[in-house]
Amino acid sequence: MVNLPKGWSNEEIAHKIAEDLPDGAYVNLGIGLPELVAGQIPEGKEIIFHTENGLLGVGPPPAPGEEDDELINAGKKPVTAIPGSCFFHHADSFAMVRGGHIDYCILGAFQVSEKGDLANWSTGEPGAIPAVGGAMDLVAGVPHVFVISSHTTKTGEPKIVKECTYPLTGPRCVNRIYTNLAVIEVTDKGLQVREMAAGVTPELLQEVTAAPLCF
Amino acid sequence: MINKIVPSAAEAVKDIFDGAVIMIGGFGEAGSPIELIHALIDHGAKDLTVVSNNTGNGHVGLAALIENRQVRKMICSFPRTAQSVVFPELYKKGEIELELVPQGTLAERIRAGGAGIPAFYTPTSVGTPLQEGKEVREFNGRLYVMEYGLRADFALVKCKMADRYGNLIYNKTARNFNPVMCMAARTTIAQASRVVEPGDIDPEIVVTPGIFVHKVVEIPNPLSENQLLKENRRYPW
Repeated sequence: MVNLPKGWSNEEIAHKIAEDLPDGAYVNLGIGLPELVAGQIPEGKEIIFHTENGLLGVGPPPAPGEEDDELINAGKKPVTAIPGSCFFHHADSFAMVRGGHIDYCILGAFQVSEKGDLANWSTGEPGAIPAVGGAMDLVAGVPHVFVISSHTTKTGEPKIVKECTYPLTGPRCVNRIYTNLAVIEVTDKGLQVREMAAGVTPELLQEVTAAPLCF
Repeated sequence: MINKIVPSAAEAVKDIFDGAVIMIGGFGEAGSPIELIHALIDHGAKDLTVVSNNTGNGHVGLAALIENRQVRKMICSFPRTAQSVVFPELYKKGEIELELVPQGTLAERIRAGGAGIPAFYTPTSVGTPLQEGKEVREFNGRLYVMEYGLRADFALVKCKMADRYGNLIYNKTARNFNPVMCMAARTTIAQASRVVEPGDIDPEIVVTPGIFVHKVVEIPNPLSENQLLKENRRYPW
């Protein structure tokens, strides 16, 4: 077992993503970790968040007692709508997604391959109930797909691999991976490390990554 | 005179027959026509194929319809959620069928069905297990999967306001699948929190044109699924 530094906190990873999003971007956030990105957008940068259940302009969570059962996000959590937001039906929402109108989506992952294949919807366990939601549409249609994830599983298994062993959400769709240990770009030549957390060395990082890294 | 208003949810669903394909609006609880679903439980039609994004929560609404063994097959994108207990149990026992469809593909299949388009090509699911058995074709150097339009015998939807022509507007993210489902069913039944006179809804803001809607029932204070779950309620009460 490698003795690894803890690296960045989830908020710090989310902050890095928020800094990399350009002003004016339309962004879809997946359920769970990706939701943290919304709270990290720097002052002065305007980002419009899309939720596939029919809202452009998702605002911060409502104050306690202000929740509305009919104003929710894709994770079915209560949200608010910013001034200038708009509602639309599901076919329009996915026209935005598949038609390439949403600029970025931030998703969680079970596995990402060195080619940018993503597996994040099913572990393929026999008897498990499959559920896919909008993930396959997002990765097929959104031009920039960022993954936010812990670098390894809870038991220390690499999540960045040569080939995904779990069923794919989409092939060759991930552009960049943000983990607690590093920021990694998926390129035609393989995985390019852009940044590492304090205390992480190339050797350590390679040891917990099951695909070759370029530094 | 055109008057699509019917006096009760029971009256609205009375023609639903065994073996019918039914689209049920909603994304989770938001936009789910719970009173119409409960009326369908009372009515008792069985062997239904239900098209809906999820499979219901707790033991009310869509989950109660499934629990009452009226549903043979679900066509949906996300059959298990934190509060979904009925479907997972039946599915594991092999007592209900599931057709899993990516969410955007589901929306577009319904839209296409309603728009008279029998099939279309989408990039979604290419290279994944959900592509298996489907026709794949290349356009401009990229692969696409063929998917079929979906139609239904009935659609059950929920809206905020309706008039006797069937013009509808919705509330916030409770709109979701409801408008496309209205288009894709032979008989669309809407429950509206409020029924108003023709002209009271500004024509510029009508979301579902009345031509897509066949019956409207006014349900002034629809039940909150959330509240029912907190109280651990089951339908039939």
